Amino acid sequence: MKETKVSSAWEMQLRVEDLAPPRQHSKVELRNYRVLKENVAAYLFLLPWFVGLVVFTVGPMMASLYYSFTSYDLLSAPQWIGLGNYIRMFTQDQRYLTALRVTFIYVFASVPMKLAFALFLAVFMSKGLRALGLYRAIYYVPSLLGGSVAIAILWKRIFDIDGIVNQALGLVGVSNQQSWISTPNTAMLTLILLAVWQFGSPMLIFVAGLKQIPRELYDSAQVDGAGKLSQFFQITLPLLTPLIFFNLILQMIAAFQVFTSALIVTNGGPADATLFYTLYLYQQGFGNYQMGYASAMAWVLMAIIMAFTAMTFFTSRYWVFYQDGRN
Amino acid sequence: MRYEVIGVMRSSRRQRVDSLPITWSRLLIHVFLIVGGLLMLYPAFWMLSASFKPSDELFSDPSLWPKTFTLENYINGWNALDTSFGTFFLNSFIVCLLTVIGNVLSCSLAAYAFARLNFVLRRFWFAIMLGTIMLPGSILIVPQYVLFKGLGWLNTFLPLTVPRFLATDAFFVFLLVQFIRTIPTELDDSARIDGCGRFQLYWRIILPLALPALVTTAIFSFITAWGDFFGPLIYLNDQSVYTVAVALRSFVDSTGTSDYGAVFAMGVLSLIPVLAIFLLFQRLLLDGIATSGIKG
Repeated sequence: MKETKVSSAWEMQLRVEDLAPPRQHSKVELRNYRVLKENVAAYLFLLPWFVGLVVFTVGPMMASLYYSFTSYDLLSAPQWIGLGNYIRMFTQDQRYLTALRVTFIYVFASVPMKLAFALFLAVFMSKGLRALGLYRAIYYVPSLLGGSVAIAILWKRIFDIDGIVNQALGLVGVSNQQSWISTPNTAMLTLILLAVWQFGSPMLIFVAGLKQIPRELYDSAQVDGAGKLSQFFQITLPLLTPLIFFNLILQMIAAFQVFTSALIVTNGGPADATLFYTLYLYQQGFGNYQMGYASAMAWVLMAIIMAFTAMTFFTSRYWVFYQDGRN
Repeated sequence: MRYEVIGVMRSSRRQRVDSLPITWSRLLIHVFLIVGGLLMLYPAFWMLSASFKPSDELFSDPSLWPKTFTLENYINGWNALDTSFGTFFLNSFIVCLLTVIGNVLSCSLAAYAFARLNFVLRRFWFAIMLGTIMLPGSILIVPQYVLFKGLGWLNTFLPLTVPRFLATDAFFVFLLVQFIRTIPTELDDSARIDGCGRFQLYWRIILPLALPALVTTAIFSFITAWGDFFGPLIYLNDQSVYTVAVALRSFVDSTGTSDYGAVFAMGVLSLIPVLAIFLLFQRLLLDGIATSGIKG
C-alpha cells in the first residue's frame, strides 16, 4: 500500500481508481439521501394520521383496557378491581345476559334475512332491464335513510297501537288491538324488520357482482339442458359466494353494534326484550356512570365480533368459491 | 354506512340494454319491482304526507293524500323546543362541513404517502390502518369521553370534528389509497423532472386527478356526519349546540305523543339534505367511480 514506486502507467491508473472511487461513493450517498428524504416526506404526510392514531385510537384503546379492570365513576380516580367487571358480567348481571341473548337473536335473524332479500332483488334486477339505475336508487333509499333518528321515530309510530300497520291489518279484517312496540315478541320483530328494510346496500353489491358473471356460462348451461333454478344454484350462487362472504362480514359487524333504532324505537323495552348490547353499554356507561363496567363490556363485544369474523373467515374455505382457483 | 361506498362503486358499470326485446317475463319483473319499490318507500311517503296533515287527521286517515293540506306542523315544529330548529340545522351543517374538510384533507395526505411513497415499515402501518377500520366504536367511546371532558370540549363541536382532521376515519384513507394507485405514475415522473416537490406533486397532480374519489369521500363523510347520533348524544348536552339528530330525539321525549305531526315535519326536513345529496351526486358519484376501476 505504501509503495511509492510506480512501475507502469497501467498500474498507476489501477491504483488511482482503487484509492479514489469518489463517483461511486457519492452515488450511494445520493441514493441514501434520496431514501432518507422520501422517508421524511412520507412520515410528514402521515403525521396527522399518526397523531390521530395515537391520541384517538391506540391511546383510548389502552385506557379502555385499563378501565375495564377498574371501578370508575368519572368523579374519583379509577380503582383497580381486577377481573371484577368481567366476573360480574357473566355471573351476577342478569340484564347483561339478556342483552347478550337478544343481540344474538337480532343478529342471526336480521342478517340472513337482509342478505336473502338483497340477493333475491339483485337477481331480479339483473335480468337486463331498462331503468335498472332507477330501481337501484329506489331500493337503496331505505339504506340511505334507515339509520336516521327521523326514520326510527317513524317506525315507532307506524307500529304503535293506532299506527298504519294496525290500520292496514284492520282493512284486511285482522283486528290487532296491541301496540307492536310494547309487546315483547313483536317489539323485536319491528327492529328486525327495520334492519331488513335496509337491504339496499348489500343488494347494490350483488347487482354489481351479477354483472361480472359471463353470459356464456348461462348459454352453455342452457345447451346442456339446465333449467333456470339449477342455473341459479350451479352458476349464480357459487360465483357470488365471495360477495356473500363480504356482505355477511360487514352486516354482521354492523348488526352486533345496533344502537340508534333500539334507543329510539323501543328504548330496550318492553321488559328488556330489545335491550341490545350497545344500548345496555350506553345505559351503564352514560346513564349509571359505570365507566369501568362499560369498558369491560366493550372489550367483550370486540372479542365476540372478532370471534365471529374469524369463524366466518375460517369456514369460508369450505363455501366461498374463487374463480382464480384459490381453493 | 361507509362501507356502502363499495356497493355504489361496484354497481357503476352500465349495461347496454337498448337492444333487449320487451318480453312478458320482463314486463312481469318490471311490475314486481315497481310494486315492491312502492311498498319499500311507502313508510317514507306516509311520513311526508303526515307532515302536511292537521293533527286530528294524522292517524284517522291512512290515505297518502292529505284531505286538508296544512303547513302548521312545520311552523309548530320549527319552534317547538326552546331553541329553534334553524339553530339545529346550522349546527349540523357546521359539523358536517368541518367533517368533510377534515376527512378530505387528512385522509388524502395519508393516502398519498401509502400509495406513492416508499418508506420504512410501510406495510406495517398500512396493516395497522386497515385494522382500525374494523374497530368497534364502543371500545373507544369511554376513554374518548374522559379525554374530551378533561379538555373541556363537552358541549362544543370539537369532539365531533377535531378527530376528522387527523384521519381517524381510516376507511376513507383506504378508499383513496386504492384510487391513487390507479393513477399512472408517468405524470408524477414528468412533474418531478420539472422540479415539483413532493407536496406540490400531491397538491397539483394527485389531488386534481383523485377528484372522483375525493368527492366520494366528501359525500359519504357528509351523509355519515349528518346522520351521526351516538357522538352528539354523548358529547352535546346543551340544547343550543344540538345537531338535528339529537334535537329530533329530545323533541319526541319532551312532547311525549302529543304532536307527532310537528315531529314528522322536522323529521322530513332532517332527511332532505341527505336525499338532495344523493340525488344531486348520484351521477357524478357513479361516473367518477366508473373511471377509477376500484374493486370492492
